[in-house]
Formats: sequence, structure tokens, C-alpha cells
Amino acid sequence: MAWTEKILRVNLSDKTCKEEPLNKEWAQQYLGQRGLATKYLVEEVDPKADPLGPDNKLIFATGPMTGTMASTGGRYSVITKSPLTHCVACSNSGGFIGQELKNAGWDMVIVEGEADSPLYLYIENERAELLPADEIWGTSVWHTDEWLHKRHQDPLLRIAAVGRSAEQGCLYSAVINDLHRAAGRSGVGTVMASKNLKAMAVRGTQGVGNIKDPKRFMQAVNTAKKVLADNAVTGQGLPTYGTQVLMNVINEIGALPTRNAREVQFEGANEISGEAMHEPRPSDGKPNLVTNAGCFACTIACGRISTVDKGHFSVKNKPEYWGASGGLEYEAAWALGTDTGVDDLDALTYANFICNEDGFDPISFGATVAAAMELYGRGVLTTEQTGTPFDFGSAEALVKAAEWVATGEGFGKELGLGSKRLCEKYGHPELSMTVKGQEFPAYDPRGIQGMGLTYATSNRGACHLRSYTVASEVLGIPEKTDPLTAEGKPALVKAFQDATAAVDSSGLCVFTTFAWTLEDIAPQIDAACEGEWTAARLLEMGERVWNLERRFNLAAGVSGKEDTLPKRLLDEPAATGPAKGLVSKLDEMLPEYYQLRGWSSDGEPTPETLQRLGL
Amino acid sequence: MRITLKLFASLSGHLPPSARRNEAEVEVPDGASVQELLDRFKLSREQAHLVTRNGVFVPCSLRGEERLEPGDALAVWPPVAGG
Repeated sequence: MAWTEKILRVNLSDKTCKEEPLNKEWAQQYLGQRGLATKYLVEEVDPKADPLGPDNKLIFATGPMTGTMASTGGRYSVITKSPLTHCVACSNSGGFIGQELKNAGWDMVIVEGEADSPLYLYIENERAELLPADEIWGTSVWHTDEWLHKRHQDPLLRIAAVGRSAEQGCLYSAVINDLHRAAGRSGVGTVMASKNLKAMAVRGTQGVGNIKDPKRFMQAVNTAKKVLADNAVTGQGLPTYGTQVLMNVINEIGALPTRNAREVQFEGANEISGEAMHEPRPSDGKPNLVTNAGCFACTIACGRISTVDKGHFSVKNKPEYWGASGGLEYEAAWALGTDTGVDDLDALTYANFICNEDGFDPISFGATVAAAMELYGRGVLTTEQTGTPFDFGSAEALVKAAEWVATGEGFGKELGLGSKRLCEKYGHPELSMTVKGQEFPAYDPRGIQGMGLTYATSNRGACHLRSYTVASEVLGIPEKTDPLTAEGKPALVKAFQDATAAVDSSGLCVFTTFAWTLEDIAPQIDAACEGEWTAARLLEMGERVWNLERRFNLAAGVSGKEDTLPKRLLDEPAATGPAKGLVSKLDEMLPEYYQLRGWSSDGEPTPETLQRLGL
Repeated sequence: MRITLKLFASLSGHLPPSARRNEAEVEVPDGASVQELLDRFKLSREQAHLVTRNGVFVPCSLRGEERLEPGDALAVWPPVAGG
């Protein structure tokens, strides 16, 4: 059955930890992780609730594949109402804590209420307790991790924590687990800190043995692993170059948002690319990249482990940053580099370390710095306000901004508001590259048209991981489509959204879908879980999850009017590259998308659609 | 005529010695096709997974007939992905 069928409910106000049975009926409708936890959130949280108040809840959820032998079966998600977007937030992470939670015997942990003093949650199999965290409040994720390992004298303890940025109210703070894996987007860490919950430390030794048909499961798992190994992308491309190999690809096709999306190509792209990470540095002859790394059970291993040049200004006299740590992924390198115009690989790597150390989303951070740089360039912000010259291309400004957001000092407090609130505060909302309050990532909708519809309709605000049409429009997976046309994109976006929601509910990593389809995933879930799980059923479940999220957002007051893009992408044509002269054709795509979804022209699911999906 | 050849990821070893990082200026005969250039630099179909000419995707089926023009930039990647 793969589910442990147990939920841990933690009430911070009462300081209680209680076991309750998993709702098995809901598990049949929503599978696990993103889908199932969203169902609990929708049933238990008022959509109008203050995201940072005691009525909001924070759910750590595994999927039925989490902790199993399935490749990439180590994922978990953090689900809550976002303080950044006021939409449903669901941030997915790898590493090892997801499987540890499952091995401790829990499908999910629902955290409610608010503690009157800092606490951390300690879980050792069935035993769960809330312990004082006063000593680690006001310290970084990395310090917290070390302190908890020492405190419990257990090197195998898995830890998820928030850093000082979250405590200081930065609206895009992350939950960091295993030092440098992140449930990164939408401010889920900010919610955790608002509840005075510093960390969750987990030790699980029970195994995940409740597989429906173990023999068939292992056969399905082995068959699927071979598909990943034999595929050139998942077998070779991702392990060798990681996601960062995209920097030159997206630059070449003219869809790389540059300097707050004023341009679509960056002259410094190759300096901060995946290829550059492999090149020996002049100073010590060592490359930025030390090795690749894999999360639990992963047979792809796309993760990057990097170092910063010891002589670089960012780490001079700071030996604590001379070791190897989580390196740049493509989205982070884009936000910290391309979007700010900074082509200094060491500065980007250091800023990325700080994002991990004190727990904040590098995409939202980098894009907010970019917006601030544009405000500065226009004379709206002055050096007196920013604390340092804040020009596009300034590695010094980027590094200082990261350090300030980490601790909430100086201009860091304003940068912690995110791009939308910062630009509104200074009278230029049009300069914020956000949808529903969340900063968009590394693909310009003028050059990849499907991504415009993806950003506009994403249920968690602008995001690439809700329907990664780049796979089709640029990389030709599963088949090549033209990135410059709107034709066919509404159906493509819907298909990607529904399939991704299914994968995100399983405990598997969405990167498997560069090689797997739902036809590869379904046999694994079907062999492990009660009920008959076909690809068609998974796709329908994904559509149900999408509509459930949409209904929560509508009830929260986020209407179809917010299914739009920043004015710049709709009105200012790309100046160079294949997309020269083009703007996003969102107006062509959105009505057709609503129709395909079975939604009204206002973007609300019709009664027939809700009935068809059992909502 | 001269064009710019850009070979990324594991393909950079196929560039001539004059290359700077991932690109090199190369002399090609007038009217040369994309496929002829790929053959000259010993890039198999499996290696030349993603090919763009001035940023525009060139599908496998058209590489033989698509002719290069002076000043073109031809970029090539093996199978890669990200996100």
C-alpha cells in the first residue's frame, strides 16, 4: 500500500503531537504529497486566513513512492498558504529528509497553531515531541543543523530548518533540508518561522515495507530505472552538466530574461554557464564544480557541489565558505547572474551558499535585486537607501544584498518584501517581473510562448515547474514544438500541468519525465499502492489537483484577472534573437486554455467540470 | 565564407584549436549545408541532438538542405535538459 496510513498532527499552541489515521478515501483521489496535502489544506484552512497567523497550517507531505526503491523516490513537499502570493503554496524538495519521515512511519506532518516561544519538532519513529529552540533561534540553517546533530548525538538525523531570513520576515524564505536542498518557493519557510518552529529533526528506522505487490513493484522499478539509464538526458546529460547546461541554450534561442527582463540575451551567459563551472580557475587550477550529487534513491544525480575561489572578494578571510557546498542550478544562476547582469561565477556561487545557509529562494531574491537595480538605475532608489551602489552588473551589490537579506539588515529588509511589494512601494509596479506576487524564473515568454501561459496560470504564482513546456518547445521532449508560436500551446500547457501535478503527488522527481511518461510511472505506483493506478487515472488525478488548487485561490480572492503577465512582456517586444519583434501572445492563448480546462470566461471551473472531477 | 560554430557541453572537444571556450570562427564553402558542417567536425546524429542556426531550431530532417550563409552562428548540443 506504500502509504504508512499515519499522520502526525502537531499543535504548536497546545504543544501536542498526536497520531491520526490517513484519510484513505482521499488518498485514492489525491494519491499523496502535493495532491493529498492540498486536500487537507483546503478542508482545514480558511482561504482568507492570514498566511502568517495561527490559523494557517504547514504540511510536510511525502508521497507513496517516497522512501521506496523507486528511482528518485525521496521527494517531499511543504504545503501551506503563501505569504508571498496568498495562493496555495506547494514547494517540493529532494535530499533525504522525505524518506526519513516515511521510514519513521509518517505519511505527513500537519503543523498548526503558533508557539509562544521557539520550538523544534523531534521525531524518532513513533516518538514525536516539541523541544525548546531558544538556543538556535537567531542562527542560520547551517548552524541549526550542526547544533541539532550535536544535541542528539546522531549523525544520521535528517534536518529541515528555517534561517534568519525567515525569522526576519523575508516573504520568500525557504525550508532548507540536508543543508542545501530546498522547499524553495513561495515563502513556505516564512510561514514556518511565523509559527516559531525553527526545525524538524527526523530519524526513521522502520523501513517502507508495506508494498502491495513487492515482486511486481521491484520488476516495475527495475524496468523504469533502465529507461532512465538508457536515456541520453537522464543517463548522461543531467549527471554531467546539471541543469546549468541550459544557460547557453536559452541564451542562444533568445529567451533569457536579462537585467530585469529588459533584454532577452546576456553577453555574459557563457561566463556563468554549466560549461564554465567545469573550467579550471586561474588561481588554483580547480574548477567551480567539485562533483555531482544525488538525492535519496536517485539514479540521475543532477545536483551540483561547488567551491568558491578562496581569493574571491566574497570569501576573503571567511574560511567557513572555502569548503564545498550546494552549487548553482540553472534557475539560481539565472536569477543571481543574468537577471542582475552579474557575470562573476564566484559571486553567484557565494550568493547561492548564503541563500542555502539562511534559507531563502534564489529565484525570488535575484529577481528582486534585479528590480531594485532597475529602480536604482532610474534614480528612484538612491545609494543612501540601498546602502551601496546598486547598478546592474555589480557583483559587490549582489553579495551585500544576499548578506543583508540573510539577516534582515539594512536594505535587506526591503529586498525581503519581494519584487512586487518593493516596486509598488516605490511607485513603479510595472517594473516587477511577477505573476500573483511571485517572481518568474529563467525563460522569457516572448521567446518561449508556452511559458507565458505557464506563468500566467500557475497556481502558485509564476513558476516553471508547474508546466515545463521548455521540454517540448526547446528540447523536443516528448516532441518538438515551435517556441515562437501560440498555436497548440494551451493544450500543451494543460497536459504538462496535469501530468506534473500527478508526479508531484507521487514522491517521485519531475526530472524523471525527461525520460519517463506516466506510462512508466503508473506500473510502479500500481504495484505499490492499493487501487488500480493507470496512466489515465493519474492524469485525471492531476487535473483534479489542479482544479482543487484553483478553487482555493479563487476563494482566497485571487481571481482570473490575475492570470496575466508583467506589462513589459505584453507590450515591449524582444529586441534581439529569433523572438525579435515579438511580445507574449497570452491574449491568444488564455481563452482557449480556459475552454480546454472547462472553466468559464472568468477562469472559474464550471459546475460540470467540478462534477466530472468529483469536486 | 565565415561562420561561427558553437559546440557546447561534451562537444567542445570537437572544436578546432583556434576556439575560444565554446566557439570558433570557421571557413566553410559557399552553399554548404548544416549537415556538411556537422560531418566535417565529426558530430554524429546522436551527438548533434539540438542544433540551432542563429538561435532557430534546425530539425534533423532539414539539416541536409538548410544552407549556411555568411555570418551565421550554428550552435550544437548533445542531449541535455534542465529546469
